Amino acid sequence: MKSVLSLIKRRSLLTWGLSLGLSGAALTAIAQNAAPAGSIVIYNAQHASLVEAWTEGFTKETGIKVIVRRGGDMEMANQIVQEGAASPADVFLTENSPAMALVDGAGLFAPLSQTVLDQVPSNFRPPHGRWVGIAARSTVFVYNKMKFTADTLPKSLLDLSGPSWKGRWAASPSGPDFQAIVSAMLELKGEAVTANWLKGMKENVVPYKGNSVAMKAVNAGQVNSAVIYHYYYYGDRAKGGENTERIALHYFRNEDPGAFVSISGGGVLASSKNKPQAEAFLKWVTGKGGQEILRKGDSYEYAVGVGAASNPKLVPLAELKSPLVDPGKLNNKKVTDMMTQAGLL
Amino acid sequence: MTATTLSSPQPLLHQRPPHLSRVPRFSWFAVAAVLVSLVALLPLGFVAWIGFQTGWSTVVALVFRPRVGELLINTGLLVLITVPLCAVLSVALAWLTERSDLPGARTWAWLAAAPLAVPAFVHSYAWITVAPGLQGLPGGVLVSVLAYFPFMYLPIAAVLRRLDPGMEDAAASLGESPWGVFRRVVLPQLRLPIWGGALLVGLHLLAEYGLYVMIRFDTFTTAIVDQFQSTYNGPAANMLAGVLVVCCFGLLGLEAGTRGRERYARVGSGSARQPALARLGSYTWVGLLLSAVVAALSLGVPLITLVRWLVAGGVSVWKVPALSAALGQTLMYGLAGALLTTLVAVPMAWLSIRAPGRLQRVLEGSNYVVGSLPGIVVALALVTITVRVALPLYQTVVTLLLAYMLMFLPRAIVNWRAGIAQAPLELEQAARSLGRSPTQALWQITLRLAAPSAASGFAMVFLAITNELTATLLLSPNGTQTLATAFWSHTSEIDYAGAAPYALIMVLLSLPLTWLLYLQSRRAAGR
Repeated sequence: MKSVLSLIKRRSLLTWGLSLGLSGAALTAIAQNAAPAGSIVIYNAQHASLVEAWTEGFTKETGIKVIVRRGGDMEMANQIVQEGAASPADVFLTENSPAMALVDGAGLFAPLSQTVLDQVPSNFRPPHGRWVGIAARSTVFVYNKMKFTADTLPKSLLDLSGPSWKGRWAASPSGPDFQAIVSAMLELKGEAVTANWLKGMKENVVPYKGNSVAMKAVNAGQVNSAVIYHYYYYGDRAKGGENTERIALHYFRNEDPGAFVSISGGGVLASSKNKPQAEAFLKWVTGKGGQEILRKGDSYEYAVGVGAASNPKLVPLAELKSPLVDPGKLNNKKVTDMMTQAGLL
Repeated sequence: MTATTLSSPQPLLHQRPPHLSRVPRFSWFAVAAVLVSLVALLPLGFVAWIGFQTGWSTVVALVFRPRVGELLINTGLLVLITVPLCAVLSVALAWLTERSDLPGARTWAWLAAAPLAVPAFVHSYAWITVAPGLQGLPGGVLVSVLAYFPFMYLPIAAVLRRLDPGMEDAAASLGESPWGVFRRVVLPQLRLPIWGGALLVGLHLLAEYGLYVMIRFDTFTTAIVDQFQSTYNGPAANMLAGVLVVCCFGLLGLEAGTRGRERYARVGSGSARQPALARLGSYTWVGLLLSAVVAALSLGVPLITLVRWLVAGGVSVWKVPALSAALGQTLMYGLAGALLTTLVAVPMAWLSIRAPGRLQRVLEGSNYVVGSLPGIVVALALVTITVRVALPLYQTVVTLLLAYMLMFLPRAIVNWRAGIAQAPLELEQAARSLGRSPTQALWQITLRLAAPSAASGFAMVFLAITNELTATLLLSPNGTQTLATAFWSHTSEIDYAGAAPYALIMVLLSLPLTWLLYLQSRRAAGR
C-alpha cells in the first residue's frame, strides 16, 4: 500500500499537475486570441505576402489592427454566403472577380463610398459600385523554350482542347485562377463552346495543384506548357529564377479568352460592425500606399488605381489586348458545376 | 490483465447480468459515455443526413460519375499495393532485427521505427525535392510505404520477439525446412499484428492529404479538398465524403472479417525460452543492405532535404516571430486538445473494464469507427453543423478542439483501458469501505494508478494534433497558424526553403514521442 501511495504521489501527480497547468495556460492564451474591438477581420484569398505588406502599411498609418483569415477565392465566397449576416468578416479580398460576384449576388456587400470608387478607373470595377478592383493579373501561356518555336505556339486558348494537345499542357483546375479564366470563356463564348472545350481539356491537361507548381513542372521539362497567370514568372525571376530558366511567356492577345485580365476585388461586408475601418482599408489599398506596394513589391500584379503605375518589368496592360468582360457577371458556380461534370473536379 | 478477469469479482459495483442500468451508483458514467458517443457520431449522422437531404437524383449524379470512378481506382490501387508492400518490408525488417544475428540489430530496430517522427507530408516534400519527376501512383506508393511502414513494423517486431520458439522447434523436428517453419509456424502467428497494422496503414492512406497533393496523386481526400476550395461545403464535396466513409467501413469490415479467431496463446507451465538467433552467415550483407537502404530512403532523404533547404534558406528563413507564434499555437492546441480528449475518454474506458456489456461494446465501437474517419470528413461535418445550427461555436477554438477529440479519442481510450485494467479493483473497494464516495474512490485510486498509461495516451493525442493538417485548415479560428498549416502555405507557394524550419520543428517535437513508442513496444514484449 505504501508503495502504491508513493507511486501515486510521485509520478501521476507530477504528470497531471504539469499537463493540467500547461493546458490551462494554453486555453487562456487561446481565448485571448479573439479580435479586439475596433480592429477588422479580413477574409483574404489574395496572396499572403501581398496582403501582409498591405496590412502592415495600413496599420502603421491608421493604427487600426487587422486579423487575416486565409483561404481560396471560392471557398471563402461560399463561406461568406453560408455565414450570411453572422459573418465575422469585415472585408473580403480575392484574387479574381467571380468570387466577388458570388458574394454580391447574395446581397452581402455594402455599397462603397464615391471616394473609394473614384480611386479606381471604371474598367477595373463593376458599374454597381459594391466592390472595387484592388489589383489585376493577366492570363499567360508559359512554355518550355526547348519545346516550342514561334509558329508552333497556340493562337488561341481554344486550340488547347484539340487532340494534338494531349498531355502537352498543364493547369491548376482546382484553383480559382484557372476557374476565373474559364468563367471569362463562358461569358465570351457561351455554354456550348465552353462545355466542349472542358471536355477536350479533360483529355489533354496534366493537372497540378497550384500555378507555381505547374510552372515549376514546365521548367523541369515534365510538361511542355501551362496556362497560368503572369506574375508567377516574374516573381520567380526576381527570386533568382530557379524555376523559370527554361521558360518563356506567350500572351494570346487579340481579345482571346486566353488574354483575359482578371480583376482582384475588395469589398466591405454589409454585416460588418466596423464599416468605417473596413472602408478605410479599401481606401488605403486602392490609394497611393497600396498601389505603390504593387509597383515596388514582389507581387508583380498590375496596379489598378487612377494614375498608378505597375512594375516596369511587366508588359503594360494596355498592350495585352484583353477581351472586354464585365467582372460583375462572371459566374463561378456554373463553372465549377461544368468542371465537375467534365470530371476535372 | 483482460477485462473479464478483473470485472468478475465486483459485488459492490454491479450484480450479474452486467447490464448498465443495474449499475446504480455509477450510472452517470454510462450517461457520460453515451453522451460522448453521441457527439462522436455527429460526423456520421451528418453524412447520412446530407445524403438524405440532397435527394436521390443529385446523389446519383454526383456519385456515379467517371471522376468518382477514377478516384476509386486510384485510392483502391494505392491501398492494395501499399499495404502488402508495407507488410512484406515490415516482416523482413522485424525478422532481421529480432530473430537474426544482424550486426547492430538494436540500432536498425530503432531506425525502422524512427520514420514515424517525420510527418507524412514532410516525407513527400523531401521526395519531390530529390526527385522532382516523382508523381502519380508509383510516387504515392513509394512515399506512403516509407512514411507508414513503421506502423506495421512496431507490432510485428513486438510479437516476433516473444514468440515461443518451442513450436518452431517442434515443426523443425517434424522435418520442416527453415523456410517451411517460417511460413507455416511463424507467419501464421504474426497474423494479428499484420492485420492490425494493415488496418492502421490503410486508414492513414485514405485520410492523408498533404502527402498526395505534393506527389500529384489524386485520392478521395484530395478531391474533397479540391471541391471544398471551389465550393466550400457544397453537395459534391459532401457526396465524395460519403463515398470515403463507405471506403473506411469497407476496410474496417474487411479487417474484422478476415482477422480470424485462431488461438495464439501458448499453453503449458513455465516461461518461453528466448529464441535462438538465426545465423545469417554469408547473407549478412543482404540483411545489412536492406536495412541500410530502407533507413536511407525513409530517414536519410528527409533529413538531407531538410539540411539542404535550411542551408539554402540561410538565416533569412528563421523568421522568429512567425515561427514562435506558430509553435506557440501548435503547443496550445496540442495540450488543450490532448487534455480534453484524455478527460473525455475516462467514462468509456472505465465502463469497458469495470462494467463491460452490450451497450458498452456498441458505444466503444462507435468511438473507434469515428476515430477512423479522415480528418476532412469530420471537419466538413463540423463546418456545416456549426455554420447552420450552432453559429456561436462556428470558427471557434471549441469546434477545432472538438474535431481533434473526435478524431483522436480512440488513442486516449486504448491507453486509459490498459491503465485501468491494471489498477486492482480491491483498492477501489477498500477506499469505499473507508468512507470515500464512488467518485472519490475512482479519482483518488483508480485514475491515479492509471495515470502513467493515460499520460502516454495524452502524448499520442498531442503528437497527432501537432501534425494534423486538414481539419486544422478547415476549422481553425481567424488568425490561427500552426506549424503544419504554416509549412503547408509555404510549400503551396513553392517556398521550400521557407517551409524547412517548420518541418524541422515538427520533426524535433515528434522525435521524443517516437522514441517512447519504440521503448513501449519493446517493454510490451517483456524486454
